[in-house]
Amino acid sequence: MSTAYAPDEMMAVEASRRLADGTVCFVGIGLPSLAANLARRTHAPGCVLVYESGTIGSKPDELPLSIGDGELADTADAVVSVPEVFAYWLQGGRIDVGFLGAAQIDRHGNLNSTVIGSYEQPGVRLPGGGGAPEIATNVRDVFVMLRHTSRAFVSALDFTTSVGDNVRVVVTDIGILEPVDGELTLVALHPGATLEQARAATGWELRVADPLPETEPPTPAELRALRALRTKGSG
Amino acid sequence: MTEALLSDAVRELVRDGDTVALEGFTHLIPHAAGHELVRQGKRELTLVRMTPDVIYDQLIGMGCARKLVFSWGGNPGVGSLHRLRDAVEHGWPGRLELEEHSHAGMAAAYAAGAAHLPFGVLRGYRGGDLPARTRVATIACPFTGEELAAVPAHRPDVGIVHAQRADRKGNVQLWGILGVQKEALLASARAIVTVEEIVDVLEPRPGAIVLPSWVVDAVCVAPRGAHPSYAHGYYDRDNDFYLAWDTISRDRDRFAAWMRHHVLETADITEYHESLREAVPA
Repeated sequence: MSTAYAPDEMMAVEASRRLADGTVCFVGIGLPSLAANLARRTHAPGCVLVYESGTIGSKPDELPLSIGDGELADTADAVVSVPEVFAYWLQGGRIDVGFLGAAQIDRHGNLNSTVIGSYEQPGVRLPGGGGAPEIATNVRDVFVMLRHTSRAFVSALDFTTSVGDNVRVVVTDIGILEPVDGELTLVALHPGATLEQARAATGWELRVADPLPETEPPTPAELRALRALRTKGSG
Repeated sequence: MTEALLSDAVRELVRDGDTVALEGFTHLIPHAAGHELVRQGKRELTLVRMTPDVIYDQLIGMGCARKLVFSWGGNPGVGSLHRLRDAVEHGWPGRLELEEHSHAGMAAAYAAGAAHLPFGVLRGYRGGDLPARTRVATIACPFTGEELAAVPAHRPDVGIVHAQRADRKGNVQLWGILGVQKEALLASARAIVTVEEIVDVLEPRPGAIVLPSWVVDAVCVAPRGAHPSYAHGYYDRDNDFYLAWDTISRDRDRFAAWMRHHVLETADITEYHESLREAVPA
């Protein structure tokens, strides 16, 4: 097996390492689902995956392709309705970690997944908030995963879809940001990434931790588990 | 009316200008019914749905909708809904009014509608720009004073869902991911259910719910009627179709040709599936 790895594999591994055994996570499709399933298959077998389609405690063998794949229901401890998953489980305070992505993020961890441009006459109409506004305020810890580009890391959002109060970490393909005194600060760089690269990809004057450690690269065991999950093809 | 042809049910129960909710959260999306709305040329509809998905992309692109009430408008796992975007960004084929919520807000609005309450209440819509752009209000809890969000109840004229099966009396059984279908149906003044099959007896299934016949106006057989969505225990989600839709829907002419060939020129779900097995027109 190759020990070379792709940037999104680094992202998934780093996010999964932050999930302790027994953590209850609200996961979306894509990288968050990959990260949470990786944690469950490696160091955190008791990690509980809750999908917004209402599957609680899903244990898929392979990465699901959509939020409502049949396998998520077949392998769940319980399948509940969508009103129930949002009211009793998310709003009920039973979720530890919620994952979010976005098109834009600002220095406070506020996110935009609604529009680029004005709301009334958008340049790009994005899908919208979905579960994000309540995930952002009703979980204990929000983990954000997104590609680090100057188009995404902006000084001012075009629209605030969800607020950053509970954002604890932002995992990008360049490094790790965490809030320090209310402002996202670069606290680690992935192997091969540079500080100049991080600064160039951030639309505000980026605060940087000193010292600035390097993220531990994915171990062979992590890569093996990760790739086994993706055999179905995740596109 | 209980058991009916889908075309008759849509003709009798859905009127131009109605507020219509076709629900199904990734699973059991009532595509056959959506196609029938297109075939009958329904107009000026207010379409309500948490995740508009390909089904509303088709209705919007075909000019059936005046307004969309929703919470997440993408092609799941793929990207944009191009017909929705074209309507919002360029007003094609017509201007589309948006009423945008969060998932939690939509779910609360449906649950309130099912309970015949005027609004749903939730700890939501906090901070951010969405409250200024939608129908939501802040209320104080009369007991603790806590500030909560109130969303007006969804009370569609017509609710439409797809289910695995019904019995001959019209009792409907569904299982797997249940989404918000029960709430959507009970919130609506009129209810249409399409099913994979009609059986003599509804054998119990783990996690299944039953919608009694007397809350359903029409039960219509539509085998593989959720395609490209899926029916748990019957057939899988057609992920390749969702990927293909990205290309089909990107271009107005290609979209129109696809809809003409596979929907307007087919009579029902059976002919639709036959048309998919043929070569796609260039």
